[in-house]
Amino acid sequence: MAKITLEKMKHSYMPSPKGPQDYALKEIDVDWEDGGAYALLGPSGCGKSTLLNIISGLLVPSIGKVKFDGRDVTHLSPDQRNIAQVFQFPVIYDTMTVRQNLSFPLRNRGVDENTIATRVQAIAEMLEVTDMLDRRASGLSPDNKQKISMGRGLVRDDVNVVMFDEPLTVIDPHLKWKLRSKLKELHQRVKATMIYVTHDQTEALTFADQVVVMQDGEVVQIGTPVELFERPAHTFVGHFIGSPGMNVLPAELREGGAFFQGQNVTLEGAVDSAASGRIEIGIRPEFVSLGDTGIAAQVRKVADVGRHLVVEAMAGDHKIAAIMNGPAPLQGETVHLQFKPAQTRVYANGWIATGAAS
Amino acid sequence: MKTENQKAWFFVLPVLILVAFNALIPMMTVVNYSVQETFGNNQFFWEGLTWFEQILRSERFHAALGRQFLFTGLILAIEVPLGIAIALSMPRSGPWVPVCLVLMALPMLIPWNVVGAMWNIFALPDIGLLGYFVNHTLGIDYDMTQNPLAAWVTIITMDVWHWTSLVVLLSYAGLVSIPDAYYQAAKIDGASNWSVFRYIQLPKMKNVLTIAILLRFMDSFNIYTEPFVLTGGGPGNSTTLLSIDLVKIALGQFDLGPAAAMSLIYFAITLFVSWLFYTLMTKDDLN
Repeated sequence: MAKITLEKMKHSYMPSPKGPQDYALKEIDVDWEDGGAYALLGPSGCGKSTLLNIISGLLVPSIGKVKFDGRDVTHLSPDQRNIAQVFQFPVIYDTMTVRQNLSFPLRNRGVDENTIATRVQAIAEMLEVTDMLDRRASGLSPDNKQKISMGRGLVRDDVNVVMFDEPLTVIDPHLKWKLRSKLKELHQRVKATMIYVTHDQTEALTFADQVVVMQDGEVVQIGTPVELFERPAHTFVGHFIGSPGMNVLPAELREGGAFFQGQNVTLEGAVDSAASGRIEIGIRPEFVSLGDTGIAAQVRKVADVGRHLVVEAMAGDHKIAAIMNGPAPLQGETVHLQFKPAQTRVYANGWIATGAAS
Repeated sequence: MKTENQKAWFFVLPVLILVAFNALIPMMTVVNYSVQETFGNNQFFWEGLTWFEQILRSERFHAALGRQFLFTGLILAIEVPLGIAIALSMPRSGPWVPVCLVLMALPMLIPWNVVGAMWNIFALPDIGLLGYFVNHTLGIDYDMTQNPLAAWVTIITMDVWHWTSLVVLLSYAGLVSIPDAYYQAAKIDGASNWSVFRYIQLPKMKNVLTIAILLRFMDSFNIYTEPFVLTGGGPGNSTTLLSIDLVKIALGQFDLGPAAAMSLIYFAITLFVSWLFYTLMTKDDLN
């Protein structure tokens, strides 16, 4: 159980990186509180696995420090860091029984047999694998194998952090949900710091108290699921989280206001005076509604996804999605779209540029 | 409406013909010889199981069989651990991988009789590089044409040189197929190098090792050309392995009946031991 600090950390897989494009991780500065549940969310290749391997000690960062509870562990090997990691594909020791698998990390550290027996029993109960303890681990189903590899991490009571690297990839969809809630429950019971890497927003948002969104080796935003949803700090976060993602529309800044296709759009607050470059308006489909006045758009598609309707309308060349509950507009009909001002923001070069309404 | 006919058998026919000509018919001629006596002129006399009894009671056969098991046992005991050790110390990636692989494959590409001839010359005490070195530089008396121990050391070394690569290449194939996550997990679990070998590498190599051991067993148990060219079975009968003895009986003495009976017994032993190896090595997979 430890607080994890990453200090001005950069990593490149090249021996002599030149520009920022050579870095898999660009300048990361984060603090992860002891006992928290964190998710690292981002598309494939954004550097999240690199970050994970740096925390676990499988990689040493090119620049910067990793600290556990303030202690510099940058150059310590994985076993000296007392961490646990669950990999994408379940790693189990084929020739051992489930019991031997679970006791393996303890035995390697010379823990006495009595302690091993009680710890293994406790972990097996927690994971609900007690009845398979004496079976050969190689014959288990993927979800049970993944539970065992999780168990090998949790069996040590001195573990600083448990890391999950897309652990549900090979699990059947109907078991994913079960295993996910099991994970959440485990976190509440063992109180270890947990970091969960995924590219699936549902997994990240249901597991974590705090989600770290990454793109191209950079942390774009750290926040609770609600914060990420309600106030994306970057258009990428808006896109990536939500279904459908945030509408991002090109805009112009004039007289302190934002204009989309010549129409003034009311924002949540004042636009940052330094905002320049590529200016865009961001509004989530959840906060777009139909009205008598507003931006004129032609309905292109209406999809009934069960709980609500997703309306896709074209305002000129720009697609705007809206989520609403009936009655459904007709396809081809011209409607007027209204944006909820408190949720309408301006982004300059991708980054948020409006002050929050206070 | 489903029509049923027996046309599918035609698909099996080619393989039946192939197996018949390539295995069954030759084998049946051997069976035919093994129960009869012939003095030429295509005249045969029924002998029943006499030849089998004679071979099984023959001390000469026992001695050859003993030498054969000793040879196979020794080369397996050397080649398998050595092969695994070499495979473990080979690089898993980088520019040296192809170099290592080609170096390893090289001995296996040399024809068997050439290997025998090479080692024969190599080991000659006065002109061979190895023979001269051992006799004159190291001062150890080494002459495989005179000394049975020297002959044995030479045929074993030759086989190890020729065939360890097979074990290396198969083990290596098993090793490179292990995902990195296994090594990372082992690191995190605090496993020692020995544990990594025992619980990750060895289990993952098991299937290819089974094949390697089976192939090495069968090949070495049936070996003929290399020791025949190298020592001719001598000095005396000290390196007369089963196949060499068989050829002596069949072609040297022209005792076709006993030779046929011996072939069948030889075949049965090879088959049985292979089956035994296979069953023992795969029995864990069943449960």
